[in-house]
Amino acid sequence: MGAECNCNCQADSSKKIDELLSQYRGNPNGLIVVLAAIQQDNGYLPKDLMIRVAEELNVPLTDVYGVATFYTAFTLRPRGRNSINLCLGTACYVKGAPEVHDAIEKELKIKAGDTTEDRRFTFDVVRCLGACGIAPVMTVNGEVHPRMTAEKVSEVLSKYE
Amino acid sequence: MATVTLTIDNQKVEVEQGTTILEAAKNAGIEIPTLCYMKDINAIGACRICVVEVEGARALQAACVAPVGEGMVVKTNSELVRKSRKMTLELILSDHPQECLTCLRNTNCELQALSEAFGLREVRFTRGAAKSATADDIDDSAPSIVRDPRKCVLCRRCVAVCEKVQGVKAIGPINRGFETVIAPAFDQNLIDVNCAMCGQCSLVCPTGAITEKDDTEKVWAALNDANKEVVVQTAPATRVAIAEEFGQDPGTISTGKMVAALRRLGFNKIFDTDFSADLTIMEEGTELIQRVTQGGTLPMITSCSPGWIKYIEHYYPDLLPHLSTCKSPQQMLGALIKDYYPKNAGIAPENIYSVSIMPCTAKKFEAQRDEMNDSGYQDVDVVLTTRELARMCRNAGIDWDTLPEENYDDPLGMSTGAAVIFGATGGVMEAAVRTAYELITKEEMPDINLTPVRGMEGIKEATLKVGDLDVKVAVAHTLGNARKLLDLIREGKADHHFIEVMCCPGGCIGGGGQPIPTNLDVRLARIAGTYQADEELPIRKSHENPAITDIYEKYLGQPLGELSHKLLHTHYVPRGVYRKPEGLPDGGSEH
Repeated sequence: MGAECNCNCQADSSKKIDELLSQYRGNPNGLIVVLAAIQQDNGYLPKDLMIRVAEELNVPLTDVYGVATFYTAFTLRPRGRNSINLCLGTACYVKGAPEVHDAIEKELKIKAGDTTEDRRFTFDVVRCLGACGIAPVMTVNGEVHPRMTAEKVSEVLSKYE
Repeated sequence: MATVTLTIDNQKVEVEQGTTILEAAKNAGIEIPTLCYMKDINAIGACRICVVEVEGARALQAACVAPVGEGMVVKTNSELVRKSRKMTLELILSDHPQECLTCLRNTNCELQALSEAFGLREVRFTRGAAKSATADDIDDSAPSIVRDPRKCVLCRRCVAVCEKVQGVKAIGPINRGFETVIAPAFDQNLIDVNCAMCGQCSLVCPTGAITEKDDTEKVWAALNDANKEVVVQTAPATRVAIAEEFGQDPGTISTGKMVAALRRLGFNKIFDTDFSADLTIMEEGTELIQRVTQGGTLPMITSCSPGWIKYIEHYYPDLLPHLSTCKSPQQMLGALIKDYYPKNAGIAPENIYSVSIMPCTAKKFEAQRDEMNDSGYQDVDVVLTTRELARMCRNAGIDWDTLPEENYDDPLGMSTGAAVIFGATGGVMEAAVRTAYELITKEEMPDINLTPVRGMEGIKEATLKVGDLDVKVAVAHTLGNARKLLDLIREGKADHHFIEVMCCPGGCIGGGGQPIPTNLDVRLARIAGTYQADEELPIRKSHENPAITDIYEKYLGQPLGELSHKLLHTHYVPRGVYRKPEGLPDGGSEH
């Protein structure tokens, strides 16, 4: 778990997850709480930890995996250090978001939904951020970048290491 | 119990409060069509095929989950209802491969039957999403069961039976929306997970999304090979079920017809797994007596059911020493078919092709286990389920109704009533008691019908006076019930001497390889057929089978003797649920 993680969260994370697992031992009701904590600490749900959740909460592994793949809040692959969300909702779409989308894919050499090899970026597509007045909208780590264009992609992304 | 009066299709109906509209209608002789529903196991209102119109209700109601109400007025067959059901079915079919003619479930598919009943002549919609399952997603990794997610209608019956009846949940829904598939966690192959291979999912699947792995072509190839001596054995539970495949009533005893059919298909020798069921009683009975008198691991648990074996290896590897070391009757006979039989008949064992006809998908897994080659060859080459044998008969144009009754071949074809009842829950226990009682007391058992262990109750217990000893026994069928006994053993609270476990509901007669449908009524009819077959046989105790006496005298020596140990006993593998357990020895090493 967290072996590839570059930050120093690992020790704390293990301890916190251990505590949660023991708090919910044998209690399937803790499933989402525990998975959410693992997601938050690791940025994704490592397979080993999902198996531990199944064993300790006494939940079939198919349920753990079923919940993990049902909710978009959970991801099964490690995420990048920086998280890009590009809106492809109607307003952003007609104002040119598809070109921005293609430019990001070209710049990062990944498809939407994926993470770069160096784990610098994860690029996701979302539907409507509720800011149609400044379409097309992109956020990076929650910071809003209004009126995006394909030309601005490279410059905006260069600010994030 | 309070009752409720309502009107269904202009009929006044009185039912117990809390009854669903579906069951209330059934009581009144009105069949509401269903797809995902399974009584007591899966009532989730998912498929929307069972919708009905309830006067005053905002929308159509799913009859399988909607409870009846006083004065309720229900229409099960209005124009609105018919249109809605048809639209639902059309939408399901829009994402279902139109491959009925080449599907294993052709003519025995609930989706097909609904389509016919609703008079569907056109599917106006095309696939909803490019992300739906494709042929690449077919999982044929396991020897027992094939999953084809393309044909899945997401009814979740398989999930319900795996979770609620067997307590395993090897498969479940993953992803969401059009991408949803029913699969093992991490989309692993079935062979790599904690699946017991019982095949109950294949019995309840309304379509061809989960089926037995069809091995009939392998058997045809062997039958066409002039150099092969193709030997077949038939399990106890097949004889009270196979006739259903040819339109006869569940529970019809068709032992002789099945033998005749096998002969017409070209099998060279037709032996009976019932013979080795009798042999199992001799070995297992002796083992039990030895454990009781010499302080071995108790309770001893039966080992005939390969789904049960795989389950305990996954979930209770620490309890493997409780298992009898006896192989299942299939594997005992398999070993004899490639060791004793060729020596006896002057045939080279490598030319023997050993086939077994089983009510069971897990038997396919068992036959290819590494341990199962004590004859020096794979003891059983191919296992066919009851369904597959019926398929071969249809393929060969065999007219079941006009088949004569024929007898099994010697020397491995003679058996007793004790062996027949191996097919029903409680049967192995009853057979064992019939023999153990007389071996220990040297007296005739007053009443050999051990009725307390018969029937569909989940766990049955009995205490029997055998000489000076009060023998306490328990019988469980389904893995969910077995788990309850295993937990007692783990806690040190089980004071039983002997426990019988069969993996499937009702025992092997309800096995995953049996004709479809297999439901409670069908199971009860097959159980009744089983005990009737027992009563009709002249010999009803295993130790009185002259062929058993003969094989011990001429070949095996004595139960638990050296040759028996080599050919008829085995050991088990600790598997763990999600990872291999550490520091546990293989079980069954007592001998």
